[in-house]
Amino acid sequence: MEETHVGISVEVNGRPHRSTVEPRTLLVDYLRDDLGLTGTHIGCDTGQCGACTVIVDGQSVKSCMVLAVQADGAHVRTVEGLAQDGRYHAVQQGFWEKHGLQCGFCTPGFMMQSVQILEDNPDPSDQEIRDALEGNLCRCTGYQNIVEAVKAAGATIRSGAETMALGTGVGA
Amino acid sequence: MHPAPFAYKAAHSVEEALELLRSHEDAKILAGGQSLIPALKLRLTQPAMLIDISKISSLRGIRRENGKLIIGSGTTHREIEKSSLVAEASPLLASLAPQIGDVQVRHRGTFGGSLAHADPAGDWPAAALAVDAELVIAGAHGTRTVHASDFFTGMLSTVINADELLTEIRVPGEGTPGIYLKHRNAASGYATVGVAVTATHNHGRIGTVSIAVTGATPVAFRASAAEHALTGHAVSAHLLDEAASHAADGLECLSDIHAPAAYRAQLVKVMVRRALGKLLHA
Ligand SMILES: Cc1cc2nc3c(=O)[nH]c(=O)nc-3n(C[C@H](O)[C@H](O)[C@H](O)COP(=O)(O)OP(=O)(O)OC[C@H]3O[C@@H](n4cnc5c(N)ncnc54)[C@H](O)[C@@H]3O)c2cc1C
Ligand code: FES
Ligand code: FES
Repeated sequence: MEETHVGISVEVNGRPHRSTVEPRTLLVDYLRDDLGLTGTHIGCDTGQCGACTVIVDGQSVKSCMVLAVQADGAHVRTVEGLAQDGRYHAVQQGFWEKHGLQCGFCTPGFMMQSVQILEDNPDPSDQEIRDALEGNLCRCTGYQNIVEAVKAAGATIRSGAETMALGTGVGA
Repeated sequence: MHPAPFAYKAAHSVEEALELLRSHEDAKILAGGQSLIPALKLRLTQPAMLIDISKISSLRGIRRENGKLIIGSGTTHREIEKSSLVAEASPLLASLAPQIGDVQVRHRGTFGGSLAHADPAGDWPAAALAVDAELVIAGAHGTRTVHASDFFTGMLSTVINADELLTEIRVPGEGTPGIYLKHRNAASGYATVGVAVTATHNHGRIGTVSIAVTGATPVAFRASAAEHALTGHAVSAHLLDEAASHAADGLECLSDIHAPAAYRAQLVKVMVRRALGKLLHA
């Protein structure tokens, strides 16, 4: 009889986790249900919308298209890990400044893919941004402000400027 | 949507993967998972076990050997897209890679997985046919090499047996000009029709030319009538029109909610003409 559960070690946002999962568990369900990290959203569950985008070992993936067991030994970054040392990530600040979201459902996925874009190239052209956001769908914004948000975040990263402290800006 | 339960083993060498395939009935290879996981979720397939080959480092990488590009089956679409070696040695592959899915899918999906899957709307099968790739398949009794023209046997099927593994793909790498053009399904991004073309020409005269088409029929195919109409002739817009007009001769095209057969046949001719025009500047 094959084992019905498998042990995995995954580092998520810098924190190590040891878990036992069924092989059929999707990475997105592991993050949301087992680790309680519900910032990663499920939009379509068919690989189309990108709401579930997280970064595994430096590469953005759709976590509804990856098994949790495949992340054994990997470093995973989710939207919860973006803010660091009491400050927003430049991408979070960019989305806030440029109104890169409306309902916000798609936003965690867009932000993680935006992080990937800027880590690949901190000064992408509009077309490069649009091409690299192809796997993310937004029903609200019309994309223009998302592209602006990525550009603003790129500018912040290139300038080395400090980002907003957590709690400032948002309804404060 | 959740897959039905299955057992899982990550293999760390080709030998281990083959041994696992041999000793487990109803086991399936898992590479990038970008076609298999959707199928598992829809329960279109319910294997008893998945053998993960994505951690086998020998299956990954791109190198040049005796004028050929040797691409490991586990090399991702994204690695091919970003490879300067591929850009130099095979403009066709370089032009195709960024047209697959999106960045996230390309980060995981693999060259070998796409060929082994043989999706009628998949992009790589057209390129493999156009460059006459050699596919190396490992099994219990060693390896065998199969030409792309003999590799695809039908919709979603190839000559790979249940106890075998596609390990590497050899592609001519002398920089032959080539291009891939794709008419994307607006919702899925897959090819309604995709056309891979390579051609050499000398002083305005076409040398060798290859044209392969995916998306239109259950299996990707070479448009030989159109190729013959071009070989050895002087490049002109009229010649390309004439050749492209034969690209769909005798085809039995797929028909579905996205595109009826007649539309696909028309697209084959249009896309072949566009690809030839782009490549040969006419
Ligand atoms: C949202 C989305 C969009 C996509 N868009 C496109 C697109 O535009 N064009 C396109 O061509 N594809 C597209 N794909 C599919 C993608 O390219 C897949 O990566 C590819 O079809 C399969 O490769 P894989 O490595 O993911 O294989 P898997 O999904 O892991 O496996 C696919 C099949 O091949 C078998 N297999 C895999 N590797 C081997 C091997 N080495 N030896 C023997 N058998 C093997 C598996 O057992 C399985 O049956 C898309 C996928 C998604 C989710
Ligand atoms: S939920 Fe994963 S791509 Fe939509
Ligand atoms: S902000 Fe509503 S879906 Fe993008």
